[in-house]
Amino acid sequence: MKKLLILGAGTAGTMMLNKLRHRLDKKEWEITIVENDPNHYYQPGFLFVPFGIYNKTEIVKPKADFFPNHIHAVWDEVVKIEPENNQVLLKNNDPLAYDVLLIATGCTPDPAETPGLQGELWEKDIFTFYTYEGSCALHDKLENWEGGKLVINIVDMPIKCPPAPLEFTFLAEAFFTNKGMRDKVDITFVTPMSGPFTKPVASKMLSGLLAERNIHSVHDFYIEKVDEANKKIVSYDEKEVPFDLLITIPTNKGAAMVAASGLDEGDDLNFAVTDKHTLQSKQFENIFVIGDATNLPASKAGSVAHFEGEVLTENILEFIAGKPLTHQFDGHSNCFIETGYGQASVIDFNYEVQPLPGKFPVPGIGPLSLLGISRINHWGKLAFKWAYWNMLLKGIPFPISTNMSMAGKEEEAATEA
Amino acid sequence: MSEVLIAGKSVSVNEEGYLTDPSQWNREIAEQIAAEVNITLTPKHWEVLEYLREKQQAGEMLNIRKIGKSGIVDIKEFYQLFPGGPLKSASKIAGIPKPASCI
Repeated sequence: MKKLLILGAGTAGTMMLNKLRHRLDKKEWEITIVENDPNHYYQPGFLFVPFGIYNKTEIVKPKADFFPNHIHAVWDEVVKIEPENNQVLLKNNDPLAYDVLLIATGCTPDPAETPGLQGELWEKDIFTFYTYEGSCALHDKLENWEGGKLVINIVDMPIKCPPAPLEFTFLAEAFFTNKGMRDKVDITFVTPMSGPFTKPVASKMLSGLLAERNIHSVHDFYIEKVDEANKKIVSYDEKEVPFDLLITIPTNKGAAMVAASGLDEGDDLNFAVTDKHTLQSKQFENIFVIGDATNLPASKAGSVAHFEGEVLTENILEFIAGKPLTHQFDGHSNCFIETGYGQASVIDFNYEVQPLPGKFPVPGIGPLSLLGISRINHWGKLAFKWAYWNMLLKGIPFPISTNMSMAGKEEEAATEA
Repeated sequence: MSEVLIAGKSVSVNEEGYLTDPSQWNREIAEQIAAEVNITLTPKHWEVLEYLREKQQAGEMLNIRKIGKSGIVDIKEFYQLFPGGPLKSASKIAGIPKPASCI
């Protein structure tokens, strides 16, 4: 029996487990998945838990509930991949050999990268909503917080779910307004990028919205450290932003085992070097990478993992059959952006095309408005939770084309921006 | 995109003033673009500019973190040499495209 080994059972790993088990002959291919955390979190929910929009129990289910039959699950931590030996070393179990390896180990925030972030003020005045525990702790903090300077800071790029810090900012603004205490809260969004969003058309729309909601914005701020005594964040070029409550999006890093295996770029971020179109490792032909674990110049998001998965499934099957890899990922990403007050925006883009206005997924009709703000978009985001648990994770086909479509998009908007 | 005269040479630039063809660049052009943002280029500046051009030619993605680990400058020094948005200004001076921020 040949062996397919998947490392990581998050969104991408679970989807691929289902898709590949469905397509590979059970008599020829044994499929094993390795994962160290039994809980599957619906990560888009982390944004909503702090504001009580979702309850923390709604966004976690056992990972095993989404595994198909006829697979082996090994609950353990990966120490290292030995590509030359086609095997993976585990912490508590014997090494696992493979014929084909899929790395789906994702990325996580690492607050330790920024001095002063995880010190005395951690979970008192400094929180992150990028983890389950963090978002639950922040919920408790916000229930009783009486106001002051609220600062939302992105430490570095790339992060998973790039719009989330902005969404948090909009939701916070609405939260305090609805509570009748907006005048007691001063909100500042601080980013190392040169705008709230780096693609021109989207950035214009979002900058306008920030200004309208009286939210301050600081750009090109690359945080060096937190001055804990004085409650300020300080940049490498000595700019400062004072805070009473700091919401941090720490440096996002891939799994340490990627670097331990020599598969990364050597920049300490631990993302695996991957071909941006085929999703094959650039170093070993029988290793493939998907989702947040790659170093692709694409967003780290569930939708991207989904679109990658459609392409990668076919490429893995072609590889197994000894054929050339003919399927190409175009960088397609599709994101909801919560803008508060029961509304949201939607963006749809790829490697070549920035987010443009239009109707999605049906050109001319929608019902979702790209770059527009609507209640329907917001309901779309909330409805997505059902689709995630019941369709996406199980590898059930979705009615959205894998490659980004220009149909229904307004190209003139790009020239006007 | 348009043709402009920089340091007496006609070059193609995009709407933000970045050279669209890195091979049209020369040191005089770098000095002129730097002067426009009040930077006088020292040997250390040139080391960074050459590093950026080398990486861009090799098709590698550039970001501040990587430059800070390059062994040529650390992040603080990079900001001191090119104040403000150092990667943006250093890329312009180096005659390479503005680094793509891939959201």
